[in-house]
Amino acid sequence: MEAFLDALTLQAGYNAALVAIGAALLGFAAGTAGSFLFLRKRALVSDAVAHATLPGVGIAFLIMVALGGEGRSLIGLLLGSALSAWIGLLLVEWIAHRTRLAEDAAIGAVLSVFFGFGVVLLTVIQTLDRGRQAGLEDFLLGSTAGMLLQDAQIIAIGGALVVAAIWVLRRPMTLVSFDAGYAAAMGVDTRRVDLAMMGLVMAVTVIGLKLVGLILIVALLIIPAVTARFWTNRVERVLWAAGAIGGVSGYVGAALSASAPDLPTGPIIVLIAAALFALSLLLAPARGVLAASLAHRRFQRRVHRRQGLLALVRGEPIHDPLTLRILRAEGLIRADGVATDKGRAHAAKIARDERRWDIARRVHQDTSLTGRYDGLTPIEDVFTADQIADFDARLGPPQPVGF
Amino acid sequence: MPEVLTLAARDGQATGPEADPSSPLALRGLTVSYGEKPALFSVDATFPAGAMSAIIGPNGAGKSTLLKASLGLIPRVSGQVTVFGQPLAAARDRIAYVPQRASVDWDFPTTVIDVVLMGRYRKLGLFGRVSRAERALATEALARVGMDAFAGRQIGQLSGGQQQRVFLARALAQEADLYLLDEPFAGVDAATERAIIDLLKELKAQGKSVIAVHHDLSTVTAYFDHVFLVNVRAMAEGPVDTTFTPSALAETYGGRLAATQLADLALTVG
Amino acid sequence: MGVEFVQFSLTPILIGVLAAVACALPGNFLILRRQALIGDAISHVVLPGIVVAFLITGTVAAIPMLLGAGAAALVAVVLIEAIRRLGGIEPGAAMGVVFTALFAGGVLLLEQSDTSGVHLDVEHALMGNLETLIWLRAEGWSSLIDPVALAGLPPELPRMGFVAGSIAVLTWVFWRPLKLSTFDEGFAQAIGLPVSAIGLGLVVTAAVAAVAAFDAVGSIIVIAMFICPPAAARLMTDSLSAQVWWSVFFAILSAIAGYVLAGYGPIWLGFSNSVSAAGMIATISGAILGLACLFGPRRARVGVSAGA
Repeated sequence: MEAFLDALTLQAGYNAALVAIGAALLGFAAGTAGSFLFLRKRALVSDAVAHATLPGVGIAFLIMVALGGEGRSLIGLLLGSALSAWIGLLLVEWIAHRTRLAEDAAIGAVLSVFFGFGVVLLTVIQTLDRGRQAGLEDFLLGSTAGMLLQDAQIIAIGGALVVAAIWVLRRPMTLVSFDAGYAAAMGVDTRRVDLAMMGLVMAVTVIGLKLVGLILIVALLIIPAVTARFWTNRVERVLWAAGAIGGVSGYVGAALSASAPDLPTGPIIVLIAAALFALSLLLAPARGVLAASLAHRRFQRRVHRRQGLLALVRGEPIHDPLTLRILRAEGLIRADGVATDKGRAHAAKIARDERRWDIARRVHQDTSLTGRYDGLTPIEDVFTADQIADFDARLGPPQPVGF
Repeated sequence: MPEVLTLAARDGQATGPEADPSSPLALRGLTVSYGEKPALFSVDATFPAGAMSAIIGPNGAGKSTLLKASLGLIPRVSGQVTVFGQPLAAARDRIAYVPQRASVDWDFPTTVIDVVLMGRYRKLGLFGRVSRAERALATEALARVGMDAFAGRQIGQLSGGQQQRVFLARALAQEADLYLLDEPFAGVDAATERAIIDLLKELKAQGKSVIAVHHDLSTVTAYFDHVFLVNVRAMAEGPVDTTFTPSALAETYGGRLAATQLADLALTVG
Repeated sequence: MGVEFVQFSLTPILIGVLAAVACALPGNFLILRRQALIGDAISHVVLPGIVVAFLITGTVAAIPMLLGAGAAALVAVVLIEAIRRLGGIEPGAAMGVVFTALFAGGVLLLEQSDTSGVHLDVEHALMGNLETLIWLRAEGWSSLIDPVALAGLPPELPRMGFVAGSIAVLTWVFWRPLKLSTFDEGFAQAIGLPVSAIGLGLVVTAAVAAVAAFDAVGSIIVIAMFICPPAAARLMTDSLSAQVWWSVFFAILSAIAGYVLAGYGPIWLGFSNSVSAAGMIATISGAILGLACLFGPRRARVGVSAGA
């Protein structure tokens, strides 16, 4: 616990502090860039990008060795991974646009084939003299041991650069992810914004490779965005909330991981993000499962109650068992189905409102009514008291409602 | 449903809301919602047998939703559907359905005749051999829509009107008594529209019932016998002559029907 | 093509072929349903499945591993469906959340269990070990009719054979409802087909294929087998049955060519060591898809101008 607190307050050594800051920046960048993908309904493109880094790592290593180097330079490996990720991304777009295959098939094909080819290269590297110490497996699942100072610096600086880039791009980015057609009409070059965002996704992936590995970096691009979506309907808020969720997951995860030997950074960060997601899925106020199912039940009861009362107005028998149950529970009908005094009173109010609506629809044949006469919207919500008084004045003697 | 029987018996109300068993499609208190907003609210409808009925209303009024909920394709919040006096599940063999053309991927790897044979699935089952008689029936259905020359064609090569004819041929192959069509004239050429309406009238002449979601108000009186006006709630229902009136349309469409359109309609409706 | 081939190459090739075919068959329908990535999601959760199975049973025996992987696949499918429906999240994002979270859990558990002494090999789970599925007891082609030698077959072979055979039979039996509900779900439902059950059945079948194939070819390369042969086949023909046959052909071709190239290619080039067979199979299947994208007779989307 103490070790965890030390790490949280950046007291667990210079490297660990750098990694924690880097992870927070990376998480923030991943959350915002990932929201963009998510809002554009292309979340899993990140999966293709991430898996497509593997052959680049392998080829970069082979080239560096062939040039007489050690092959372990992180910068070199990351450049290689960025290049092959970019090629993978272009291939996804090319397949999805130039052939009849849909984007999901293109993503799956690119990610698996690039990964497969990467595995072939890894087996080649393992047979080299210097290959055994390459530590390239770290790129699959993230670094499990402590990190070198240089690696930690790259993560921190890279994370800061990506966050800065997102800050610069925030306007066009929110515009395009809110409504690409509108953004285009406003003169935003959506294709360039898309490309820039893809570039950021790629940058996040590449920087995150050493920290969380190519399989789990996808989680940082997807989970915060989906989580944020439960809390707000507004685009900018989704972007920044996702950034915050990603940043917190990254920071806390890196700190937790630094505090104990058996806690690999990548999985811990992802699991913290996943826990935030699960909580949001269940408990978020408007869109959470709990709130939504309660709201649905309330809605269903309202519909049945209203339909039951309308049936009473028209003197029709009620068929639906749920309607009967609800009316009985509220004391609106007796056990044998005949309306009580209270039921009759409620029905009379509904009958009056229905007659008011009839008048209102005849008087107001304009857009103010559009979609409002849906059986549930109270007439008081649509018209002012004066207008309703006017309808009442026009109401003739009581008449049978219905067709 | 003993509850309904006792209620009806006690109150002495045998008429009115009880579903008419001769009606090909009767809805009682049908409510469907997307989220918290009713798409249809407590809709009652009784479509007449042996007639051509149009479901009419503005965009977003729940026309297609009504068809889909009637077929059990989307869940309903409340309400009952009866088909020829039976629950839906017991009457599936008697219904043919023509979905919106745009609802499927026309790039799907299959041929025209294969699509029409899909209409025979309930007869063929998993292993039933596609006999010469079945194939002849499918070919005849294609001939009736003027598409027999296209039997072996890949469906992606068809024009919009031809796609619609193939869907109609599939419905014909179902040999049903009730035909439910979702916007059958949307985006088709004039010749196809003519061919489809002739065919539907032919079906009617054979005593079949046709119910179509319809958009074009100018053709309603020429094509249909019966109209059902809907805008979330049922607005009016009855024979075209008495129900399809400018005032009923104005109520159904609210502000969405321009005054000029209404004036034009007043001329066509008379 | 002598004793050595039968001992060291015959069984891996057969297993590779069976795995590729078992995945390609459901893959055809997944691609047409725009669900290609369900294979991706399922195969990623194989790892947590085998880790949990290992933690529970304490062994690395095949049956508990397969059961664990299968259970994880089912859990993933249920979770994806639940998140999609309850949370109103689009399927791709729901998949992304579920498989990455489960995968992270698997890696964490694995790290925690490493101290127990038994080493569970992540690389094999991810990359496969097709090369090790050899038939040492074989003494040549005659061993194919020798019961003693046959008893020494790697158990993966009959297992994969059973799974591939079952999937072929299922595909044949449910051909009509699968085709109908894939083409026009609304119509299928209207004529009373249980479309949800058909969809679930397809996904479960894919999960079974992925689980059976993972210990031969690794859980990630399985995705290539789900997608590449059917996707390439999609670009060859406009008939579903022809597409399925093409996909089987491409799957077999990828498996054989991939294995042979991995085993003998480096030697032809003068190197002494072979490379990952599973990786090479994925690479070949990708090359076939690439060629189909460039030259496949039906590569263009019908009704839409190319490049639109």
